[in-house]
Amino acid sequence: MLGGYLGPTAIIAVMLVLAVRGGVLGTIVRASLLLTLPIAISVVLVSVFTRAGTTVLLQIGPFDATLEGVDFAGQTLVRLFAISLSIGLFVLTTDPRALVFDLERRGLSPRAAFVAVATIEAVPTLVERAAVIGESQRARGLDTEGSLRARLRGLLPLVGPVILGSLTDVEERSLALESRAFSRPGRRHLLWSMPDESWQRAVRWALGATLVLAIVARITGRL
Amino acid sequence: MLSLRGVGYRYAGYSTPVLHDIDLTLADGEIVGLVGANESGKSTLCLVTCGLAPGSIGGALTGGGLVIDGEPMAGKPLHEFSTRVGIGFQNPITQLSGVTGSVFEEVALGPMNLGLTQRDTVERTKEALATLGIEHLAEREPRRISGGQGQLVVIASLLAMRPPHLVLDEPTAQLDPEGTRLVGEALRGLAANGTALLVAEHKTDLLDGLCRRVIVLEEGRIVLDGPAGAVLEDERLIDWGVDLPARVRLARATAAAGIDPTMVSV
Ligand SMILES: Nc1ncnc2c1ncn2[C@@H]1O[C@H](COP(=O)(O)OP(=O)(O)OP(=O)(O)O)[C@@H](O)[C@H]1O
Ligand SMILES: [Mg+2]
Repeated sequence: MLGGYLGPTAIIAVMLVLAVRGGVLGTIVRASLLLTLPIAISVVLVSVFTRAGTTVLLQIGPFDATLEGVDFAGQTLVRLFAISLSIGLFVLTTDPRALVFDLERRGLSPRAAFVAVATIEAVPTLVERAAVIGESQRARGLDTEGSLRARLRGLLPLVGPVILGSLTDVEERSLALESRAFSRPGRRHLLWSMPDESWQRAVRWALGATLVLAIVARITGRL
Repeated sequence: MLSLRGVGYRYAGYSTPVLHDIDLTLADGEIVGLVGANESGKSTLCLVTCGLAPGSIGGALTGGGLVIDGEPMAGKPLHEFSTRVGIGFQNPITQLSGVTGSVFEEVALGPMNLGLTQRDTVERTKEALATLGIEHLAEREPRRISGGQGQLVVIASLLAMRPPHLVLDEPTAQLDPEGTRLVGEALRGLAANGTALLVAEHKTDLLDGLCRRVIVLEEGRIVLDGPAGAVLEDERLIDWGVDLPARVRLARATAAAGIDPTMVSV
């Protein structure tokens, strides 16, 4: 029965150690808890009380809480937490730009790299622009606060300026990029390279191999 | 040296040209001012001068052609223009690539795109930053600097391509007086180093004392082209929708009031 906990708990332990090393322990635990809590609560309620089992722990009305249900909920929770911690650790410790540039070094085309980074970087810009436009619309009497309906109605007039504004931006940006030889075909020499030591490569290979093994073991029914 | 001879241009989807019979020469180390009312065609002329129109935005030349250093540029791929003539626009933010985390990387982007080695890219970037005196901004996030500094970063990133010609479309339109002064000084320095500059501006005060020559555009035609001093004092400027420099307005006001102009100094 403990077998179901071993893998996820090991992953959680490793992630926590890495989070401490990366100096993001507090942020990551808080974010993971916040993200998984709603799912966790529903999973616990549903599985504890509805899962069929022989060991009844307590009864509430027509619902039995079974040991099997608790076990299932527990296993799901550790898995959820393991998943959210690993994703969180990745997001918090990896500069998206560094990731994309490293992909370019490994053969991604400069154009694709540009699109990827520009998309990631566009989000904060869009948010900022929306805030500015929202302020100016409010200054002209537009209601973007209050009830949900009022706020939704208030948002509509913002959509146009935000999107049109970014379209004209795109036009000027593409001209400006053209002026910096963006359309020149061929590879570029990137400015910096990610430190990548042999032990890191070894760990990556090992992780990849483990993943393949785990999938094979799962399919053949040995796990 | 860059020259346009008898150039006309129409935008894609339009049958009437917006530029007619443009003759323009940019000599090395020369700053040429470009003035004219709104919609007179300044921006269009800037785009034509650096090959982006029709090269990037479409449309077509309805006559003449662009020649740079004796080489006709018709039919050349766009990226070949970028090492010969750079162009800057008015808003520093929209000209940033949006993919870099520091001013250094931003300026380095152009040389990188040229496929230069890491060493050459770094050398050019440092040189461009030094030329504009903004080495201290190297580590800053490009989106989080002031407009004037942003415009200097834009110019630096054009300079890193080492183009002998630079076209700037209202580089100070969004800048405060201090930013405008910074850019003006930078341009003067560039010209002293041999770069040819075409600067479209509404601020004739900036052009006065910066340019050797000034060109006036009206409805897509060059209506006046001459030494800056003479052009900026021309009677007809107001009819063409161009503000007179403060110096000229003051001289006229004093003359009209019957005050001896030699008694007034600016
Ligand atoms: N993308 C475009 N498509 C079609 N016509 C355009 C386009 N951009 C400008 N025009 C037209 O070309 C003419 C010249 O415009 P241009 O923008 O070059 O003027 P400008 O002198 O730069 O004006 P401003 O001082 O306002 O910047 C105008 O009649 C304008 O309507
Ligand atoms: Mg314009």
